[in-house]
Amino acid sequence: MIRVVIAELRKLRRPTLLLGTIATVGGLSALFTSIIFLMIDSEDGNSRRGESIGPEELSQAMGLVYGFRLVGAFLGIVALCIFASQTAQEYSLGTLRNLLVRQPSRMKILAGKFISMKIFALVMVLFAGALSILISFALAERAGVNTSAWTTSAAIELLFRSTLNIFIATLCFGTFGMILGLLLRSPISAIAVGVLWILILENILGALIKSTGKWLPGFNFSNLGEGGIPSLSYRHSIAVSLAYLVIGGAIAAVFFKRRDVAN
Amino acid sequence: MEKTAISTSDLTKIYGERAALSHGNFVVPNGSICGFVGPNGSGKTTTIRMLLGLIAPTSGTATVLGESISHPEKYLPHVGAMIEGPAFYPALSGRENLKVLAELGGFPLSRVDQLLEKVDLADRGGSKFKTYSLGMKQRLGIAAALLPNPKLLILDEPTNGLDPSGIQEVRGIIKDLADSGTTVFVSSHILSELEMICEYLIMLREGRVIFSGRTQELLSGQKPIIVAKPEYDVDLTNLAKKLTDSGFKISIVDGSLHIEAAQEASATINRMAFEAGITLASISVVLPTLEETFFEMTGDSK
Ligand SMILES: Nc1ncnc2c1ncn2[C@@H]1O[C@H](COP(=O)(O)OP(=O)(O)O)[C@@H](O)[C@H]1O
Ligand SMILES: [Mg+2]
Repeated sequence: MIRVVIAELRKLRRPTLLLGTIATVGGLSALFTSIIFLMIDSEDGNSRRGESIGPEELSQAMGLVYGFRLVGAFLGIVALCIFASQTAQEYSLGTLRNLLVRQPSRMKILAGKFISMKIFALVMVLFAGALSILISFALAERAGVNTSAWTTSAAIELLFRSTLNIFIATLCFGTFGMILGLLLRSPISAIAVGVLWILILENILGALIKSTGKWLPGFNFSNLGEGGIPSLSYRHSIAVSLAYLVIGGAIAAVFFKRRDVAN
Repeated sequence: MEKTAISTSDLTKIYGERAALSHGNFVVPNGSICGFVGPNGSGKTTTIRMLLGLIAPTSGTATVLGESISHPEKYLPHVGAMIEGPAFYPALSGRENLKVLAELGGFPLSRVDQLLEKVDLADRGGSKFKTYSLGMKQRLGIAAALLPNPKLLILDEPTNGLDPSGIQEVRGIIKDLADSGTTVFVSSHILSELEMICEYLIMLREGRVIFSGRTQELLSGQKPIIVAKPEYDVDLTNLAKKLTDSGFKISIVDGSLHIEAAQEASATINRMAFEAGITLASISVVLPTLEETFFEMTGDSK
């Protein structure tokens, strides 16, 4: 299985994919973090959905990770797209047959792909986090934010916890993408279904029937990234997310194992 | 060592109502080059996919290198395969594509450059796969199949899309491998591409195995034909009658007489024409292709 991981990482580190992902993730991270600090006095708000966050709040320990957590919400979508297409393309390109001739154990292929995805997601999250924190420090003074609370042990602990939560959320989205890729076998449809579902359908459903939000996968994955919110506990989201991913993963794995590889 | 590289027993794959392969029984002896021939859609690729564990047979069984196809992990480490239409990652170079498969199979990465050299891709190994011509893609596929230094090499239509010199090269590679002891199972929809290099042939038609045996068996059934063309078309029927009266089996094709007879008979035929006052514009001996011979033998016309 370690061989599968090594081979998968070779595909994932090809320049266009790696640099493209770094550019996207870095761009998002730089954009969101900069907006928070540069537009701190703006009437239009400097945080999500037109909300505002001022220098006093940012001067506290959570100011260190505020930008990172905002970006975290988007890393999931990036992971979903990458892993949906990375799995589905093995079918659409016909390369799955080569993989299976060299490694006939389909479960090893799947496990190796999953582990390499984890590694890639971790790199993505760490990069976005490091960039966001660098930018935060660089822009803090200019925005009238005092960074002395950012270097306390409380802030460091918050940083670790946020990184872990964002990593878990990114993994959930990435796994969701892999499941869609395995089931749909076409990169375009897997990405389209995944993104439409997460960004549009869940919002419509959540708005129509308030209580559904608690049970939708995307909301719960995002909630894990936030570390839980008052109306939706972290524990609840862990349980719901696991249920979706374990059941979805099992169905996808059975299909992957049994289905003829005829293209 | 096993005597047979591949052996199938009533191997069957049904798609919906249609049998892509129906009760396929054949044997590929070890150490030989065996051709797998049939028109497009006759079931070659389907059979090969079953032998590689990619699709499950509807019924029947097969063994590859002595192991059942229900346990492909037991024999695939010794098998190299290229399935119809080489498939690689378009954004990776040929070299990177081979490295992915080498890592997956646990083969030394040093083999990659040796193989690129072998299939004449050394100078283009760094270019992206999507920039390759069909011939180059085909050769990369062959290189990938050679990664494990296989005991059994399965090539599905390796000459598709190649020009005559490319076909020649592939034949050369196959012969070299066979000389070094590798069993080669190679498919094509054109028999004439394979008949020269294959010791054994398996012929497939509409999902059925219609011939399985030594190429020699087919060759010995090959009857030469003498083609004679009179100078004037009006003499055609006259000459035809004379020859039939003397016991020759003839048919008229495109203003020529096709006479089933060995080369030695051409002098006789020439003299008979001359005595009847007919001048022959040409007379020649041709060998029918194995394909024609085969359908002749089975009484199957196509
Ligand atoms: N995945 C599939 N689903 C349905 N029919 C198929 C599938 N694969 C092949 N077939 C059918 O099986 C027959 C044999 O195909 P194939 O094995 O590709 O032939 P060949 O390789 O000799 O050209 C064809 O009629 C083809 O249409
Ligand atoms: Mg075919």
